[in-house]
Amino acid sequence: MALPVRKFDAVIVGAGGAGLRASYELSKAGLKVAALSKVFPTRSHTVAAQGGVGAALGNMGEDSWHWHMYDTVKGSDWLGDQDAIEFMCRMAPEVVIELEHFGMPFDRNDNGTIYQRPFGGHTANFGEKPVQRSSCAADRTGHAMLHALYQRNVHTKTQFFVEWMALDIIRDAEGRVLGVTALEMETGDIVIFQGKATLFATGGGGRIFASSTNAFINMGDGVGMTARAGIPLEDMEFWQFHPTGVAGAGVLITEGVRGEGGYLLNKNGERFMERYAPTMKDLASRDVVSRAMATEIKEGRGCGPHGDYILLKLDHLGADVINKRLPGIRESAIKFANIDPVKEPIPVVPTCHYQMGGIPTNYHGEVVVPKGGNPSSVVPGFYAAGECGCASIHGANRLGTNSLTDLLVMGKSSALSMLDYIKAEGPKHRDLPKDAGDFSLSRVAALDGKKGGANVDKTRGEIQRTMQAHCGVFRFPDMLVQGVDKIKALADSVANLEIGDKSKVFNTARIEALELQNLYETARATMISAEARKETRGAHDRADFHQRDDNNWLKHTLWYKEGDKLEYKAVNLKPLTVETIPPKARVY
Amino acid sequence: MKFRIERFNPDTDAKPYFKEYDVDLKPADRMLLDALVRIKMMDDTLSLRRSCREGICGSDAMNINGKNGLACITKIVDLKEPVVLRALPGLPIIRDLIVDMTHFFAQYHSIKPYLINDEPPPERERLQSPHERAELDGLYECILCACCSTSCPSFWWNPDKFVGPAGLLNAYRFIADSRDQAANARLDDLKDPYRLFRCHSIMNCVDVCPKGLNPTSAIGKIKDMMVRRAV
Ligand SMILES: Cc1cc2nc3c(=O)[nH]c(=O)nc-3n(C[C@H](O)[C@H](O)[C@H](O)COP(=O)(O)OP(=O)(O)OC[C@H]3O[C@@H](n4cnc5c(N)ncnc54)[C@H](O)[C@@H]3O)c2cc1C
Ligand code: SF4
Ligand code: SF4
Ligand code: FES
Repeated sequence: MALPVRKFDAVIVGAGGAGLRASYELSKAGLKVAALSKVFPTRSHTVAAQGGVGAALGNMGEDSWHWHMYDTVKGSDWLGDQDAIEFMCRMAPEVVIELEHFGMPFDRNDNGTIYQRPFGGHTANFGEKPVQRSSCAADRTGHAMLHALYQRNVHTKTQFFVEWMALDIIRDAEGRVLGVTALEMETGDIVIFQGKATLFATGGGGRIFASSTNAFINMGDGVGMTARAGIPLEDMEFWQFHPTGVAGAGVLITEGVRGEGGYLLNKNGERFMERYAPTMKDLASRDVVSRAMATEIKEGRGCGPHGDYILLKLDHLGADVINKRLPGIRESAIKFANIDPVKEPIPVVPTCHYQMGGIPTNYHGEVVVPKGGNPSSVVPGFYAAGECGCASIHGANRLGTNSLTDLLVMGKSSALSMLDYIKAEGPKHRDLPKDAGDFSLSRVAALDGKKGGANVDKTRGEIQRTMQAHCGVFRFPDMLVQGVDKIKALADSVANLEIGDKSKVFNTARIEALELQNLYETARATMISAEARKETRGAHDRADFHQRDDNNWLKHTLWYKEGDKLEYKAVNLKPLTVETIPPKARVY
Repeated sequence: MKFRIERFNPDTDAKPYFKEYDVDLKPADRMLLDALVRIKMMDDTLSLRRSCREGICGSDAMNINGKNGLACITKIVDLKEPVVLRALPGLPIIRDLIVDMTHFFAQYHSIKPYLINDEPPPERERLQSPHERAELDGLYECILCACCSTSCPSFWWNPDKFVGPAGLLNAYRFIADSRDQAANARLDDLKDPYRLFRCHSIMNCVDVCPKGLNPTSAIGKIKDMMVRRAV
């Protein structure tokens, strides 16, 4: 059956921060842009970001993009590509100022400039002391940013396709990407969105873990579609566990709490981070803090009746500071932990938060794969930005505030690359392959026709529990090997899901099943890449190889769905203009 | 725990009807959304929107025991049984708890929800004092959940002509922004008998806003400005 085709200059899948930054740039340039999203744009998960966006504005004292770059490279445990990192840190002030011009309601200093707070891992003068680099709107930075970006797109009249779910990538015989198939939730119709250039800005897949700060919709769709299209995924073993998710609920408590002066306590009332990170203490990098907390819990110093959480104390900041700078946190703690942080500490545990790996790109946002001896050959017509992309700026561990910076910088950069590419493509669209929609149609038909298949909730739960138990903050060799087997054993269920709801109109059971197939690729890539990496680096912590091993593992993982094949490519240690920041031991 | 949920699927149902559910909740189920997720495990044909599960994305607004709210931040222990759930009132139902928000967003878009300032932007940020910035508190936090507008009788009767509390709150968010230059044009745009003046200060909107915002007060400030401008 031939599907209807809608043609655009640019197709953008995802209308979170990265997608909206890109769609603004492209529609401002007068192009015909389609921006697809599973949810109304301002419901994308960027809305939940709390703490701030990192940029060396220097509003609170001296700062420089070069220091920001140093911190980011060190934070990445040297797995980040230094060209991309230099690019992001240099561009950061410009994109934050642009955001202010778009109307973002940043907090202000007395002199009218944007207020910036300290954040984990951000330092002055190459690691000397904490610096105030995180521009924020109270603890609702993501909300303020996402709405400001959406509002700009209303102004430039971007064409949104709201509650449309992209299903699969369309490639031609030469491998060029020509668009996607997508399902309209309200009608159940499937349509081809053809674009001269296609951008993925689908966000993270943090829902692969049972305990996660991520929204229900963060199911790894972009990554799953990419894997099915034969494109490898980069560094999927690296997932950030945020130190402070509300115990039990997973809801995030921003690091901004510690930036403003809050700190962590074990059951003896000890401020234990002083032992693990004498200089930066509670503001050490996230992997370091999460590991310290997990160690305290493992060694019997956790709090509560089961000794399974840590306390985050902030009442000493006083009600005024809390109400002014952290009002959303107070609201969340009261709702989700039954605790008023003005009076009592909040129970917290390390919780899956951020996907460092993803679709391999360069810092222009172009998707790159190994081909004919070139490790970074461009896939024509295909771009990725935001949490689903891997440029790689965050390497083995992302610094707080750097994701919002990344999505602004990479959203803009990929849009500018797309502009050039679309111009070069000329006025006409290329021919679609004859079977362009068949794969998606057959996937949906299989779901609708299935009897006696696997249950969606049960299968998703098994994936999430397996990832949590076998691939969490600490990773053990035997658990990883078993984890690989368990995840592989779930392939059959995932390929044979059954849903009870067969109707066309807003069939959310069908959406959840299609999402689960993407989540599975995300989880499988993670488990297999993690089992293979025999070292400890950033967020990947192995009990049997407890040191970073630059001789053997200073390289990016590439996982292919086909045969679970693994390849590796070199880290780019050469920045654009400054000198290499050479690997050294990482102490805070 | 017992629930009565209004169901409607245009493929199969002539009109909405109520379906009863009795669910065993687990200790970890604290919020209404947790219960709904559990109900959906029993019956995957129940359709609802949800995403962030922490009251910030605005997806899961619905009518809960007669009052609009977000399922994800409504505590189960605070609810009377059977819990009666319906789609937001006043907007067409697409299916079950999912309503068509076209009119709601059209009204939001109609107030030009973006900063207007035609001067070439400076190299650095436009300066704004902490005091000027504080004017935006209680306004910029709106999550466009539509709890307010769909509890407002004036919006029910005139969804195509009355901007509604959410749209008006956002209109004032830009009027109040020291960086915005279009206050006069924005006021002109609200002058007709419907767009603003259909609000009769019934305050339903204030009562239901899950973010604790006060559209009535914002509407009052817009009205004040119009009066002041006229003299
Ligand atoms: C609670 C929390 C707090 C955070 N705080 C901070 C912070 O303070 N600072 C910071 O820098 N970072 C923070 N982060 C991280 C940061 O918010 C995210 O990494 C970032 O917002 C991701 O943006 P994005 O644009 O890539 O994706 P998202 O905002 O997640 O958007 C993804 C978009 O893709 C769409 N989509 C997905 N799949 C499909 C599909 N199949 N078809 C169509 N559309 C699709 C979705 O509908 C959505 O529009 C936080 C994260 C969380 C969870
Ligand atoms: S105060 Fe005005 S806007 Fe609010 S519910 Fe009443 S009539 Fe509607
Ligand atoms: S004003 Fe409150 S109730 Fe109305 S849309 Fe905004 S957040 Fe929702
Ligand atoms: S799910 Fe986001 S507001 Fe409830």
